[in-house]
Amino acid sequence: MNLLSLFSKKDKSASVAKNRLQILLAHERTGSGPDAMLVSRLREDILEVIKKHIEIDPEAVKIEMDRDEEVTTLGIDIELPVKASEQA
Amino acid sequence: MTDGKVIVVTSGKGGVGKTTSTAAIASALAKDGERVCAIDFDVGLRNLDLIMGAERRVVFDLVNVVRGEASIKQALVRDKKLDSLFLLPASQTRDKDALTEEGVSSVINELKMSFDWIICDSPAGIERGATLAMRYADAAIVVSNPEVSSVRDCDRIIGLLDAKTIVAENGGRMPKHLLVTRFDTERAKTGEMLAIDDMVDILSIPLLGVVPESKDVLKASNVGSPITIANENSAPARAYMEAVRRLRGEDIPVTIPEDRKGIFGKLFRGRAA
Repeated sequence: MNLLSLFSKKDKSASVAKNRLQILLAHERTGSGPDAMLVSRLREDILEVIKKHIEIDPEAVKIEMDRDEEVTTLGIDIELPVKASEQA
Repeated sequence: MTDGKVIVVTSGKGGVGKTTSTAAIASALAKDGERVCAIDFDVGLRNLDLIMGAERRVVFDLVNVVRGEASIKQALVRDKKLDSLFLLPASQTRDKDALTEEGVSSVINELKMSFDWIICDSPAGIERGATLAMRYADAAIVVSNPEVSSVRDCDRIIGLLDAKTIVAENGGRMPKHLLVTRFDTERAKTGEMLAIDDMVDILSIPLLGVVPESKDVLKASNVGSPITIANENSAPARAYMEAVRRLRGEDIPVTIPEDRKGIFGKLFRGRAA
């Protein structure tokens, strides 16, 4: 066991903090604007596609993002009305 | 239809614990089953998302909503652990002038319809962001450290709460609660630090709670979990939970929780209005 590993075991929460900051700042330094615009456009397009098949409330489409070190995931949550399956 | 209560967490001075307190109080309320929305008013320097551990999931923000670029529903970030807790983040890229009075008013009115509590985390200072955060409040939590400059700034904020809010302009009296943070019991005993009684005496507002200085608070912000969730048995978490009970109208004596098991701090007679 070397000195470095001794230090790294001191408090896990500090390394969590460092990791969180690195991910966050990597995204912020490149500008967070495009994220929101991209999600906005995706939302519009996704809505159009869905509307071709079923009637949905635009407010019932929720898009969530989760930024990670390597990848950003996009979660799309659509509340389908009860009759949706019949129509489709 | 719910008619949510709007609370501003303010202090004037920076770094006293407004954001930590907002996150702790909002989480404690949500844990009790209340529907809570925390709004970050620190446009340009947002941090509530980081303290609540939601920073990776922010897409839209308060400025987007005020400008009609996103609906409130789209901008709200749901807490990962508590289903009834939501965050409305501040914008990181715009400046504080991006907020308008009408915009903030309509956002708060809409939130009041679906939340029991709207907790507004004020930026430091007395400028636009801070005055907008308090403008539509029904009550205020004034956060102070037991330290002279912090108390002085609180006094200034109390003056603004009594002059620049809708409640005050309509001739009403804004209910104000003092929350003392980073309190060190040992140093208060030796007379090195302002005593709670003295702070209550000087500011003349009722005491909501006393949060002891604790290493657990830093640990909680490191991992992005409010202290009332990260370590609910810690002294600061118990202090915040007690403050929340008082905020909800319970008439209980103020204690200063200590870390040692089963031992409670000295009792104070301060009461919330």
